[in-house]
Amino acid sequence: MTERTVLEMTGIRKTFPGVVALDGVDFRLFPGEVHALMGENGAGKSTLIKVLTGVYGIDGGDIRLAGEPVHFAGPLQAQQAGVSTVYQEVNLCTNLSVAENIFIGREPRRLGRIRWGEMRRRASALLAGLDLDLDVAAPLSSYSLAIQQMVAIARAVDISAKVLILDEPTSSLDASEVERLFEVMRRLKRDGVAILFVSHFLDQVYEIADRMTVLRNGRLIGEYRTEELPQMQLVTKMIGKELTVLDRLDDEARTTAAPGEPVIAAHGLGRTGAVQPFDLTIRSGQIVGLAGLLGSGRTEVARLLYGADRADSGHVEIGGEQVTLRAPRTAMRHGIAFSSENRRTEGVIGDLTVRENIVLALQAARGWSRPIPRRRQDELVAKYVKALDIRPADPEIPVRNLSGGNQQKVLLARWLITEPKLLIVDEPTRGIDVGAKAEIQKLLVELAGGGMAVLFVSAELEEVLRLSHTIEVLRDRRLVEEIENTGGVDADRIMQTIASGATA
Amino acid sequence: MTALTRHRLFWPAAVLVVLLVSNVFFAPRFFSITVHDGHLYGSLIDVLRSSTPLVLVALGMTVVIATGGIDLSVGSVMAIAGAVACLMIGDLPNQDSVGGVLLAVAAAIGLAVVLGLWNGVLVSVIGIQPIIATLILMVAGRGIAQLLTSGQIINVSSPPFRVIGAGYFLALPVSVLIVAAVVAIAVVLTRRSALGVLVEAVGASPTASRLAGIRARGLTIMAYVFAAVCAAVAGLIFSSNVASADSNAAGNLIELDAILAVVIGGTALTGGRFSLAGSVLGAVLISALDITTYTIGIPAETTLLFKAVVVVVLCLSQSAAFRAVVLRRRRTAGAPA
Amino acid sequence: MTAVTSPPRTAPPTSAARRRRWADRRHVPVLVTLALLVGMYGTGVANYENFSDTQVLLNVFVDNAFLLVVAAGMTFVILTGGIDLSVGAVVALTTVVAATLLHAGWPAAVVLPLVLLMGTLLGLGMGAVIHYFKVEPFIATLAGMFLARGLSLLINRNSIPITDPFWTAMAQKRIRFAPGIFISTSVVIALVVVLVAAYVLAYTRFGRTVYAIGGNADSALLMGLPVGRTRIAVYTVSGFCSSLGGVLLSFYMLSGYSLHAQGMELDAIAAVVIGGVLLTGGSGYLFGTVLGVLLLGLIQTIITFQGTLSSWWTKIVIGILLFGFIVLQRLVTRRAR
Repeated sequence: MTERTVLEMTGIRKTFPGVVALDGVDFRLFPGEVHALMGENGAGKSTLIKVLTGVYGIDGGDIRLAGEPVHFAGPLQAQQAGVSTVYQEVNLCTNLSVAENIFIGREPRRLGRIRWGEMRRRASALLAGLDLDLDVAAPLSSYSLAIQQMVAIARAVDISAKVLILDEPTSSLDASEVERLFEVMRRLKRDGVAILFVSHFLDQVYEIADRMTVLRNGRLIGEYRTEELPQMQLVTKMIGKELTVLDRLDDEARTTAAPGEPVIAAHGLGRTGAVQPFDLTIRSGQIVGLAGLLGSGRTEVARLLYGADRADSGHVEIGGEQVTLRAPRTAMRHGIAFSSENRRTEGVIGDLTVRENIVLALQAARGWSRPIPRRRQDELVAKYVKALDIRPADPEIPVRNLSGGNQQKVLLARWLITEPKLLIVDEPTRGIDVGAKAEIQKLLVELAGGGMAVLFVSAELEEVLRLSHTIEVLRDRRLVEEIENTGGVDADRIMQTIASGATA
Repeated sequence: MTALTRHRLFWPAAVLVVLLVSNVFFAPRFFSITVHDGHLYGSLIDVLRSSTPLVLVALGMTVVIATGGIDLSVGSVMAIAGAVACLMIGDLPNQDSVGGVLLAVAAAIGLAVVLGLWNGVLVSVIGIQPIIATLILMVAGRGIAQLLTSGQIINVSSPPFRVIGAGYFLALPVSVLIVAAVVAIAVVLTRRSALGVLVEAVGASPTASRLAGIRARGLTIMAYVFAAVCAAVAGLIFSSNVASADSNAAGNLIELDAILAVVIGGTALTGGRFSLAGSVLGAVLISALDITTYTIGIPAETTLLFKAVVVVVLCLSQSAAFRAVVLRRRRTAGAPA
Repeated sequence: MTAVTSPPRTAPPTSAARRRRWADRRHVPVLVTLALLVGMYGTGVANYENFSDTQVLLNVFVDNAFLLVVAAGMTFVILTGGIDLSVGAVVALTTVVAATLLHAGWPAAVVLPLVLLMGTLLGLGMGAVIHYFKVEPFIATLAGMFLARGLSLLINRNSIPITDPFWTAMAQKRIRFAPGIFISTSVVIALVVVLVAAYVLAYTRFGRTVYAIGGNADSALLMGLPVGRTRIAVYTVSGFCSSLGGVLLSFYMLSGYSLHAQGMELDAIAAVVIGGVLLTGGSGYLFGTVLGVLLLGLIQTIITFQGTLSSWWTKIVIGILLFGFIVLQRLVTRRAR
């Protein structure tokens, strides 16, 4: 590689209070290449992008653009220097026309008067250069998200065409739209634009990227040429193999439990744009784990089974009876509980107290007119605060003041007092300390031992392996394989499925 | 002491006390309460009596704001309730008939339920922003009230109706007793049932509430119905007090005072946690402000200026951005010392 | 923010076909207003003698020139997704200050720029509070409303007649097209304001930034647009328009009175909404606002011609129109998603 880099980041270090987000990360980008930035949640991908675009300052290391050391005060300055970002959520104004979205803030003017004709002509020409034939006078909202994204790219490229960061641009696109986006990317590549590409879809990365940089836990794992790194190895590098040094759970506990009657059975359940139709049965006393990379459809499966999102195909049987899950209430009535991955925004309610949060779901099920007597509330809350070791053990303080782990326990307590038949937990151990994590894992095993069915979603493969009786593997929004977690199954086996997409 | 000053309602309460005390310098007998004909009289009683409509409206507004909404139509609902009641009483062959008056009151409140349902459905079923949804009834409602009364002031001379706003029971003004009863009912309803906490959950986080299985729609509609009923009772008190229905004056601009009272009482306009006691305090404070400007002898109209200052000070003190600016100033100013 | 999840369109229809489709949807509210306006005018002509006189139509402009100016300013604010409750109070304050100063013998050449500057500065102040201290527009302009109304009451509680020669000249000057067919100077001023405002919104960077903020303020910021400055500017524009509206009203009334323009903020908001401007911001035209004002004016004219209908019908009809248009907006935006 004799070319000069357009961007070079060396020894980047970024800390937040109590966390090292990036620790000595190197990253380089050559003109005319697509470079994928890979890593699981918390690996530091978005922090790296934010450091690059000046959203965050850095605590160590340096950034050079075309050889010159740079330090951006913010995304705007970065853009002026030639580093533009297009996010998954398109940051344009959909109420304005296509042409305006490309040129707003730098419209062609004469004596302060915007020259609309000129602007439209230039917009058309620019889009034609990307093989797009759009009515540039139409509002952006009249086009699909894919087109909107390409308009955002056109704007970014027109402002400054050195480095283009595409942060998960394909998450909400269908196959043909992705193909269109890739055509645009290839064209830009030929023009010498360096593209930093972030995506959770392995197939896409292998199709478009020339090289990739893998991060894990804020550290650089390595930089590889795409053709030299098989998918299996990539997944291994992203997920890592070191086993957590927790007190190991008794493996016997999960394997001996005899699965009981099916609690819930999904037949061809799916939702366009979220997850393809899948079959899934969960039995009482069984922990079913969902494995897959971020964006593979894990959360979507969980949400469909709770009715948090409505399925547009297939149906669900609960206890042998066919049920349409219209809303969470319907699922709750059938004994399903759901703890969301977004603990703060979709889980606990920060302003309410620990007690109020814990009784919330039970109270909602009873309706407002049948309040749970205060004494009963206090008993229930005291019981679960003790059982789950929620700290501080004061039920009358706002949940906002609790740590993440304790908030998660409050959320679990909320559902446990409803005595569900099926407990769906999405990332219950994310972002919480090691002790609390072990406690929650142990709790789930105990609950299954007591006959509850559990659907466990986690990004951590080790955790899924340790807890689950059955592992459902997802890849690119498709449930690809069901694996009985008996003796011989290990992380390699799962990763292979994730990487290769073996058919069930 | 710090625990006391830090209490949410410390500052509003302190301002209220200062306001009341400052009256003494201008009206030495401000705090004296006399018994006359077995009724209590005095400036303090006047403050309470004059605050009754606002306390009621603020009470309803609190619950609506807690759901994350707002109700601009309360003033118009007041006017409609007064108009309906006075029209029906005016049509009675005998205005002394207690039954007839009760029927009129019931009709006014029943109509308010319908109006509340209208607002609630627009907000929670059709999904229109609360400000806009209630703006419709605010504009049209005033017209309906004027239509009912044909733009006239309808005078009634019904002793039973007069009791509501001007009567005395057990030495206390009936209107104050009614408000006390409504406040008590509201407190019991929200804090003894699960209504309060569910409303707060919906207002604080609609998404999390949905996932917890709370039916926000019904709760939201109930909040608007409650606000309308409170406004209707306020309208009845107002109209009974002047023994007439004045569709122009009844509840004019009261929605703004009520929102102000709620904010003074420490309920955030963004919804969530609410304090009924705080809103009552806020409403009494605003009424005391009116009375104080009167006793001090400055033109009554200047209370608007006072209110402007109060709103600005309160909002700025609640604004995180403002606090940040002030704190930074103070720190840099204090640095050389 | 606006994750538009329209169904994927793999084979885009031809440009022309698409253009026709979006043109329809975007202009529906304005077209409906226009149709209503024409329909209502037709009904008037068909039912009432002399309604077809050109002057009847011109009088709608003459009687609503000040509202047109105020609503033009409000359009800027609402296009950014904000709201300005202070406009009516600023109009009143302008009339009072102008009348007081003129009464004290100040020359019109000084008074006129002074009152315009005052309104502009008030708007600037509210905009600054909204932007820098992150106070809700609703609350900040509510405080502005109290402040302006309070100030005008403080200055004078009574109506002050204006006898200044310039003012009376402006009030009496008629621009005649033919015998009996005329407009006032205020109409000319209002039309100039409307044209300038429409130009600014359509052809300047400031205008387009107003739309961008209303569409998605976060995106606008990320695209490098001066969001803060523009947001302050729209309230400044609204303040200027309110004071100019106040000047026009004082030409019309030849008096300054603190109770002028009561509830005018509602008329202005209603006109803007009926004109098809989305209250959430980002969509609508000044032309629509003009139609909205004319529609309100025409309703009043018809009610005057009818004779048996009373003024409160205006409010009821406006309420019904508001309801219709808000539901229409809701449907249009829902389909656009």
